[in-house]
Amino acid sequence: MDDIGFILASWLITLGSIGVLAFVTLRRARQLAEHVPDEAKPWL
Amino acid sequence: MVSRSTGTTTTRVIGIAAIAVLAWVVVSAFFITPADFQQGESVRIMYAHVPAAWIAYLAFITTGITSGISLARRHRTLGFDRVAGASAEVGVLFMGLALITGSLWGRLTWGTFWQWDPRLTTTLFLFVTYVGYLAVRNIDGDPHRRAKRSAILALLAVLEIPLVHFSVVLWRSLHQEASVLNPDGDVRLDDMMLFTLFSGVVGFTLVFVWMVIHRQRLATLRDLQQGVGLDAAIAARRNEGAAIAGGGQ
Repeated sequence: MDDIGFILASWLITLGSIGVLAFVTLRRARQLAEHVPDEAKPWL
Repeated sequence: MVSRSTGTTTTRVIGIAAIAVLAWVVVSAFFITPADFQQGESVRIMYAHVPAAWIAYLAFITTGITSGISLARRHRTLGFDRVAGASAEVGVLFMGLALITGSLWGRLTWGTFWQWDPRLTTTLFLFVTYVGYLAVRNIDGDPHRRAKRSAILALLAVLEIPLVHFSVVLWRSLHQEASVLNPDGDVRLDDMMLFTLFSGVVGFTLVFVWMVIHRQRLATLRDLQQGVGLDAAIAARRNEGAAIAGGGQ
């Protein structure tokens, strides 16, 4: 792998990891939010 | 109908801003900033590596501060404890990214993925400490006791950050000294490189804030689903509603 391969890998791993954690967080929140009444959610 | 999200207008604005700033950073890192006179093209990793490391510090310091507050206000609410946990989770992500991108950058500049150098070793130790902190948070039991022991651990763990940051000054290190946050205040970077690096810090900070808000709300939902503080939360919201209605009359 030449320089550009390492550079691209760095950026793909960085942005990909952030994207995956964001996706997992939103999906899990969606699953849990269904089971909690809205009046118990302080952000609403 | 029950809301199925932890999002609000504020988090949506922060999320869109984060995507816009990070898009600019990628364009600038690859197509606008010059190659380094010593490191060549590999310097383009810096715009991901350095902000990731700084935001990990920010996250762990946030965990330390909110843990201190949580310890001082114990047995009231778990709000600060949840923020501490969420911040540590995001900090571990960014510290892991700093280690991986640093390793790839090291392969290009030093010829090796890893060296047991003071900066790298202390950074790895910091990362492992916070992975341990997250493991302690996941031990079952009374949430208030969990909050107390996690807060004590977080207050000890945050003391490692100065050791990591100044390791390049305290010991002979393969890792370069700071080009921006150095003790003599001399910034050793081209203007466009510095601006892109600064943009990266802003973009990653927005990601950090967005993630912490969502993940602490997720922790709230998890606790509420398990019945922790559900009655109190509903009573508080009813009192809020009654106070607003009373004020409007």
